[in-house]
Amino acid sequence: MHIVVCIKQVPDSAQIRVHPVTNTIMRQGVPAIINPFDLFAIEEALQLKDRYGARVTVLTMGPPQAEVALRKAVAYGADEMVLLTDRAFAGADTLATSYALAQAIRKLGEEEPVDLVLTGKQTIDGDTAQVGPGIARRLDLQLLTYVSAITDLDPGGKTIEVQRRSEGGVQVIRTRLPALVTVLEGGSTIRFATMPNMFRAERQPVQQWNREQAGIDDVGKIGLKGSPTVVSKIFTPRAGNRRAKMIGAEMGSAGEVASAVLDLLGSEHPRFARELGLAAP
Amino acid sequence: MTDSNPTAPSKARGKKRLELDPRLAAYRGVWVFVEIERGQVHPVSWELMGEGRKLADVLQVELGAVILGADGARLGEVAAEAFTYGADRAYLVADPVLADYRNQPYTRALTDLVNRHQPEILLLGATTLGRDLAGSVATTLLTGLTADCTELAIDPDNRGLLATRPTFGGSLLCTIQTLNFRPQMATVRPRVMAMPDAQPGRTGQVTQETLDLAEEDILAKVLAFIPDQNQEKAQLAYADIIVAGGRGMGRAENFQVLWDLAGVIGAEVGGSRPVTHAGWISAERQIGQSGKTVRPRLYIAAGISGAVQHRVGMESSDIILAINNDPNAPIFDFATYGIVGDAMQIVPALTEALRSRLAVRRRAG
Ligand SMILES: Cc1cc2nc3c(=O)[nH]c(=O)nc-3n(C[C@H](O)[C@H](O)[C@H](O)COP(=O)(O)OP(=O)(O)OC[C@H]3O[C@@H](n4cnc5c(N)ncnc54)[C@H](O)[C@@H]3O)c2cc1C
Ligand SMILES: Nc1ncnc2c1ncn2[C@@H]1O[C@H](COP(=O)(O)O)[C@@H](O)[C@H]1O
Repeated sequence: MHIVVCIKQVPDSAQIRVHPVTNTIMRQGVPAIINPFDLFAIEEALQLKDRYGARVTVLTMGPPQAEVALRKAVAYGADEMVLLTDRAFAGADTLATSYALAQAIRKLGEEEPVDLVLTGKQTIDGDTAQVGPGIARRLDLQLLTYVSAITDLDPGGKTIEVQRRSEGGVQVIRTRLPALVTVLEGGSTIRFATMPNMFRAERQPVQQWNREQAGIDDVGKIGLKGSPTVVSKIFTPRAGNRRAKMIGAEMGSAGEVASAVLDLLGSEHPRFARELGLAAP
Repeated sequence: MTDSNPTAPSKARGKKRLELDPRLAAYRGVWVFVEIERGQVHPVSWELMGEGRKLADVLQVELGAVILGADGARLGEVAAEAFTYGADRAYLVADPVLADYRNQPYTRALTDLVNRHQPEILLLGATTLGRDLAGSVATTLLTGLTADCTELAIDPDNRGLLATRPTFGGSLLCTIQTLNFRPQMATVRPRVMAMPDAQPGRTGQVTQETLDLAEEDILAKVLAFIPDQNQEKAQLAYADIIVAGGRGMGRAENFQVLWDLAGVIGAEVGGSRPVTHAGWISAERQIGQSGKTVRPRLYIAAGISGAVQHRVGMESSDIILAINNDPNAPIFDFATYGIVGDAMQIVPALTEALRSRLAVRRRAG
C-alpha cells in the first residue's frame, strides 16, 4: 500500500507579531514548524503502516527550507520525502496549490499506485481546509473530510471505512480506494521519533522536484498565475473601540462589586435584565 | 485564499478595474447554499441569506437559495422558509441519492446547477459539510473560494465580491477578490453574521431541477450516523448566555465556579484555547478563531486576556463582562463592563448575588 501524506511548513503563529507601526508581519526569529494538524495525518499514516504495512511518502510544497519539515516526518517513521520547490509555485492560492500537489501525487503514482492521500484538517496560516478537497477533485479520489478514525481498511479489496465528524454527530462511511482523508486532530497521540529514524532522517536524500520534474507543463495553472483569488488589501482589525466601564475594587467586597455590576446591567439593559429575572419586580 | 506573503505590495493586484470575459459577465445573481442535515436547516444558512440579500440588493439581482435533499415535500417547506429570509428564487433538487450528505452527489448537484444557471456569487456556511462541499465545487468549477469570511461587500468599481477574512492567526485581516472567474465563492462561519428577521408571507419562485446520477454510480455508502451524546455541546454557538474561563482560572477544579454561575443563569460554559488544550473543558467548548464563533446576549469572560484569536470568536456578543486581575488586560479594551479582581472571588460572588436576586424575584412573582 502506498500512502502519501501532504504536510506544510508554517510559521509558528503563536509567535508571530505584527509590527505596531508598519502593520507588517514580523517573521524574524519566528520558528518554522510542521503545521500542527498535519502531525495527526503523519501519525495516522504510521499507524496504518504498522497495521497493514505501507510505504509512506511525505510531500510538501514550499521553499527549500521546508526540507526540515520532511526530515522531521521521517524521524517519526515516514519512508520517503518529496519537496516541490520552484519559484513558479510562489503566491499560490488553494486552487493552484491543490493542482501542484495533485500533479506531484500523480507522478508518485507512476512508481507505485497511490492508495491513500492524507492531509491535515487545515493549516494554521492558510486556515482554509480547502487544499485536501481540491486535491481529491483533481485526482478523482474519494473525499473523506474530518475523519476521526479509520476503522477498517482493506488494501487488497481496496475499501476503506471511516468515522467522520459532521454537524451533530459522526457519519460512518464506507467507500473505495483510492481516497483522500483529511485527518481530525486529537484522534491519537503523536509518537516520539526513534533514534534509528532520526539518523535516517539526517542522511536520507530528499527528492526535490521543480515544476518540470513534477510533470507540470502549464505555468498558467500554478503559483500566482494559477490563482483565481488575489489579496487586494491587508489591514489590522480595528482596535478596541469601546473601553469597558470599569467596576473597581474601590466598590468594596467581591459581593458589593457583584451587586454593582448587576445593578448596572439592570439599568442599562432593562429588557435583558427583566427577561433574565434580574430587574426589581 | 492566497497564502503567499500577503504583505508584499507587489502581489496585491487589487483595485484593478477588470474587464470580465463576456462569457463570465453573463453570470448573474447571488446564491446561498441551504444546508440541510438530517432534515434540519443549519441556522448559518439563514444568516447567509440575510447577508446575500444585502449583496443582491447592491447588485440589483436575484437572491437564490439552493436546496438539495431526498424528500421533495420537506424541500418545499424549506424553500418557503428561505423566501421569508429574503430569497427570491429557490432551486430545488429532490433525489434519493441526496438523502444523507455525501460529497460526490452533492458536488455534482451543485456544480450542475451553477453551470446551468450561472450565479456570480455562491455562499456556503463554513461548517464541516459546507467546507467539504465548497472546496470540491470550487475545484470542479476552477474558480476562487475564500474561506471563513467575516465580512462580505461589493466592489463599486467592478461588481466584484470583496471577501474579508482574518489571516495570520487573526492578527491581520485581508480582503480577497476573485477577479476573472465565476462564480465567486465564499464560506462564512456560523454566528459571524447576524440572523435576519423572517418576513412571514414573503414568497418567491421555485425552480425544480433533476439530478442525473444513479445510486450505483456513487461509491461512498453511509453505514450509520451516530448522533452526539451531549447535544448541548453543539448549542454553544447559539447560546444566549455564555460563561467563559481562561488560563487565569488557575486550574481545572476552579472551573467549577463557572459551572455554578452558568447553572444559576442558564448559560453554556466555554473557554479560551489554553484551557481546552489543558483539558479543563472539552475541545468543543473552545471559543475563538480555531474554535467556535459565538454572539450571545451576555458573555462573561473570567481570567481571559482577550487575545485577538479569542476576540474574533466573541466580540459580537451584545454585552461582554470581563473579570481580570490585570487592569491592563486587552479584554478591557472591548468589553462592555470590566471588573478588576480575582476571578475566584468575583465569580462566586456573582453567582451568590444572582441566586439571591432570582430567589427574591421568584418569591415576588
Ligand atoms: C493560530 C492560532 C489560533 C488560536 N485560536 C484560538 C482560539 O480559537 N481561541 C482562543 O481563546 N485562543 C486562541 N489562540 C490563542 C490566543 O493567542 C491566546 O494565547 C489565548 O486566547 C490566551 O488565552 P487566555 O486568555 O486564557 O490566557 P492568557 O493570555 O494567559 O490570559 C490569562 C489572563 O488571566 C488573567 N488572570 C490571571 N489570574 C487571574 C485571576 N486570579 N483572576 C482573574 N484574572 C486572572 C491574566 O491577567 C491574563 O489576562 C490561538 C492562537 C493561534 C496562534
Ligand atoms: N504547501 C503545501 N504542501 C503540502 N501540503 C499542503 C500545503 N498546503 C496545504 N497542504 C495540506 O492541505 C491541508 C489543508 O490546508 P489548508 O487548505 O491551507 O487549510 C494541510 O493540513 C496540509 O495537509
